[in-house]
Amino acid sequence: MYSLADFYFHATAALPEIVLTVFGMIILLFGLVREDKSTPQVTLMTVSAFAVTALVIAAMPSEPFKGFMGSFIYDPFAQFMKLLVLMGGAACLAMTLSYNTQEKINRFEFPVLALFSTVGMMFIISANDLMLAYVGLELMSLPLYVLVSIRRDFLRSSEAGIKYFVLGALASGMILYGISLIYGFSGTINFTRLSETLALQDGVSITLSFGLIMLICGVAFKLSAVPFHMWTPDVYEGAPTSVTAFLAIAPKTAVFALLARILFDGFGDMTAQWQDVIWIIAAASMIVGAFAAIPQTSIKRLLAYSTIGHMGYALVGMTAASFDGVRSMIVYMALYMVMNIGVFAIVLMLRQNDRQTTDIDNLSGLGKTHPVVALMMTVLMFSMAGIPPLAGFFGKLFVFQAAVSAELYGLAVLGVLTSVVAAYYYLRIIKIMYFEEPIHVLDKPTRDLEVISGIATIFVVAFILFPQSLVNAAQAAATALVTI
Amino acid sequence: MGLIAVFLPLFSAIFAGALGRIIGDRATQAITCTFLCVAAIASIVMFNSVILEGNTETIKLMSWIKSGDLELNWALRFDTLSVVMLFVVNVVSAMVHIYSVGYMSHDKSKTRFMAYLGLFTFAMLMLVTSNNFVQLFFGWEGVGLASYLLIGFWHHKHSANAAAIKAFVVNRVGDFGLSLGIFAVFMLFGTLQFDPVFDQASEIAGTTFEFLGHQWDALTVTCFLLFIGAMGKSAQLGLHTWLPDAMEGPTPVSALIHAATMVTAGVFLVARLSPVFEYAPSVMEFITVIGALTALVAATIAITQHDIKRVIAYSTMSQLGYMFFALGVSAYGAAMFHLFTHAFFKALLFLGAGSVIHAMSDEQDMRNMGGIWKEIPITYAMMWIGSLALAGIPFFAGYYSKDMILEAVYADHSFVGNFAFWCGIAAAFLTAFYSWRLIIMTFHGKPRADEKVMAHIHESPPVMLFPLIILALGAILSGYIAYSWFVGEDRFEFWRDTLFILEGNDTVEAAHHVPSWVPILPFAIGLAGIAFGYLLYMFRKSWPQKIANTFKPVHTFLYKKWYFDELYHNAIVVPLIKFGYVFWKGGDKKIIDGLGPDGIANSVKEGAFQIRKIQTGFVYDYAYTMLAGVVIFITLFIVML
Repeated sequence: MYSLADFYFHATAALPEIVLTVFGMIILLFGLVREDKSTPQVTLMTVSAFAVTALVIAAMPSEPFKGFMGSFIYDPFAQFMKLLVLMGGAACLAMTLSYNTQEKINRFEFPVLALFSTVGMMFIISANDLMLAYVGLELMSLPLYVLVSIRRDFLRSSEAGIKYFVLGALASGMILYGISLIYGFSGTINFTRLSETLALQDGVSITLSFGLIMLICGVAFKLSAVPFHMWTPDVYEGAPTSVTAFLAIAPKTAVFALLARILFDGFGDMTAQWQDVIWIIAAASMIVGAFAAIPQTSIKRLLAYSTIGHMGYALVGMTAASFDGVRSMIVYMALYMVMNIGVFAIVLMLRQNDRQTTDIDNLSGLGKTHPVVALMMTVLMFSMAGIPPLAGFFGKLFVFQAAVSAELYGLAVLGVLTSVVAAYYYLRIIKIMYFEEPIHVLDKPTRDLEVISGIATIFVVAFILFPQSLVNAAQAAATALVTI
Repeated sequence: MGLIAVFLPLFSAIFAGALGRIIGDRATQAITCTFLCVAAIASIVMFNSVILEGNTETIKLMSWIKSGDLELNWALRFDTLSVVMLFVVNVVSAMVHIYSVGYMSHDKSKTRFMAYLGLFTFAMLMLVTSNNFVQLFFGWEGVGLASYLLIGFWHHKHSANAAAIKAFVVNRVGDFGLSLGIFAVFMLFGTLQFDPVFDQASEIAGTTFEFLGHQWDALTVTCFLLFIGAMGKSAQLGLHTWLPDAMEGPTPVSALIHAATMVTAGVFLVARLSPVFEYAPSVMEFITVIGALTALVAATIAITQHDIKRVIAYSTMSQLGYMFFALGVSAYGAAMFHLFTHAFFKALLFLGAGSVIHAMSDEQDMRNMGGIWKEIPITYAMMWIGSLALAGIPFFAGYYSKDMILEAVYADHSFVGNFAFWCGIAAAFLTAFYSWRLIIMTFHGKPRADEKVMAHIHESPPVMLFPLIILALGAILSGYIAYSWFVGEDRFEFWRDTLFILEGNDTVEAAHHVPSWVPILPFAIGLAGIAFGYLLYMFRKSWPQKIANTFKPVHTFLYKKWYFDELYHNAIVVPLIKFGYVFWKGGDKKIIDGLGPDGIANSVKEGAFQIRKIQTGFVYDYAYTMLAGVVIFITLFIVML
């Protein structure tokens, strides 16, 4: 076994997680003592804890480093994805404060649960074996189940929590079943050793492939990719909007990192086996995300389908199974995160008579009553629809480029076609804002949400000026995962 | 100097268009008129240096198209032919610019008007100074655009819009022919530069190509297509219907575009391409016949019309016919001479008519005029000068050029030449007749306008009279001065090698040796026409009505303009619209929209609602879907193994 010195040595790989966990415990104690009236301070402390952790990550050397018997890996890919998750998480928490107070769910557990969920995400990103990955997924999901149903007295919220939990358990079962199959037929759950084993085999065991497919399906549930997406609209709609924002932004990035690690680090030699599966999932997600959003009347459900569609586009990058594909996927997720932060900040603003409203029709006349908000929403919707020269266009461009260079022409064409269909519902929101007369005047938005949304909007607009910096960062991250 | 003459109008247009609203009407008018006057003076200098001193030059501006064998430059070609046109265009345009200051004084969009005029002038100059077919086509379309914009200048009037569209569409028919002609030139000669084409014309002559199983003479087809273009622009019989309607535009526009310059572009085109047309004798005969018929038909229509501008418009068409049958017998010099003199006296007539209209508070119907010659004596005198020139009374400009044309067609001694000669003589009689009909109806007799209009009658301001006087000088003197240059003994030195005439075709030379009755006949017949006009409208005022009643079918036929408009409307426009309806309702709406945009949109919506139905809200359905997904993936995997 390890000596204590060994443990210290290995622990440096997990330093950011340890730092965040220690912060989490301190903040939890602080909240317990000061109770719910301390929620603003607790939120602020959590955001600070995210910031400190991000600084720790940024300060750490970027050479790959494996600890805990090779089950935990720290490399530039993990570094970049963790920074993304922390940024998204911090932005979401900053947005929740005023909303939670208004909705009277300003409990101090809220930020703490989000913090522990984030620790789980960081574990997922760094997991180099299937067991750790599973534990990370559960650590991420359990606080989310609680968060979704945090408005216990509100039926939709509880319903959403139960649905999410039950289906999440089913997904966990699939993952565990897949892991056991993989272990049974390869004798290892460590990604590094798995790829070594696979490299030595001639021909691939069918049962091992079954295990891989089960694993992919379980992970796809967390991504809300089709056909494992059914929970998404219900949970997005039932959960308080602050939770929906968190749900839509942080976990997706982490789970994508995990999927990339499984597929490229662990099963890089089985590309032929998983490529078709991911192809179908990506195509189905793009189609459902584009079509099912059209009849929606609630902006939250609409964004749920928008998320499903975006997952499909990011998966196109994955399907390419190439260095370009991973790079484009990373860029896509980063841009997706920024756009969604901006959009959810606006959705959180939509209040009438001090009550949250999610009806799309209530956006009518926003161009007249709140011109600045309407302008930001317009820019963000254009970007989501992938209209140049906004950031969303580049995300799609890189993904399709990767698909084309991997000769996945069908998928690229499908992606372009579905983004045309999807443009309909994004543009419809703009049409409602500018060309319809206001029915109800919305409340004056709070300043913090305007600032967050404004920053996201500026990023989306200005991205064209410095696309190279993000692409370079994504390149460095992708290099750690896929050798060119 | 050439650059100044060509580009100042462009600057004038840009200036008026871009800055006109900012600096105001007065300043815009002052600046555009100054620009155009400078350009006109530059043209006079060019006339002197290029034609009289022989400094022919071609200025290459920049490369335009370079694609395989096709190489084209923007260039300004200054030789006798183009400089004659340059001179005519810029001088008349400058006069019209000045005149417009007065004529448009009550209009709201003065700067827009000035901008369009400048644009037109520039496009016309690009046309005439072109050194290749494509730049010529650019100018050709440019003047068409400007003409469209100016005819529809008063766009709140429905009739003006309709006339503008008509002019555009009818010209499109001609332009289609012209562009086909240009394609044919490129196919035959492999180049679109003028000089190489002209050099090769004699070698190409006689070659044929096959089309629809028939061997066609290459040059005949090419020249015929090019002439279709000229017919459209110059309102020759068949493609003429737009010109009378174009009178919906402001009168200065009619003077500049639809009398002096743009409509003569077809004449210029044939003269410019004389080295090619000379080798297509059958097309030349066709041109002669079309020109002769146009001259006669237009004159017959003109004697029945009541709108003062329409009478002059048909007169223009008739005179263009003269120019064309002169071209048809290779008397290019005579045609260009008539173009030159006609520009002055027809612009004078139009601007004079404009002055009358201005005085009569926008009244254009001659039946509502009369008895005003004492009120507006200068305008009256100007109209007399213009009409004398038009009727070909000796020592006025028209006498020299029209006589020359008639002598030349007589001297051709061919069947078509004789046909054209007698058509021309008949048209000359009618010309004199309708000119004096116009003068007497407009100025003499008892006033037929109401008192309010009569009380308001006034002579035009000096800014309108000055251009009239300048043009009147041209109408009196241009024939006498330019006779020896264009068609007299100096003509070889004057034209140099810009006009090409095959051996034995030189009808201008032959025209100097015709029997002595030939030069006298047009003059005599013109006098007869004038006398007849006086008889009918001054001394026996009841006769015109009686004649019209006696020959009612003939009168109606002429009054209805030989039913050309009705024919085109019923034979072409109505079937086309019906045809279009079928394609619109059946083809576009039902098939393309139904299966295309609308159909796809509907099925997308339908599909979306179907997908939503799957979303039941029950956990077991969701779990079922997930498991089904896993099963499908595994099954697919096994199948594809």
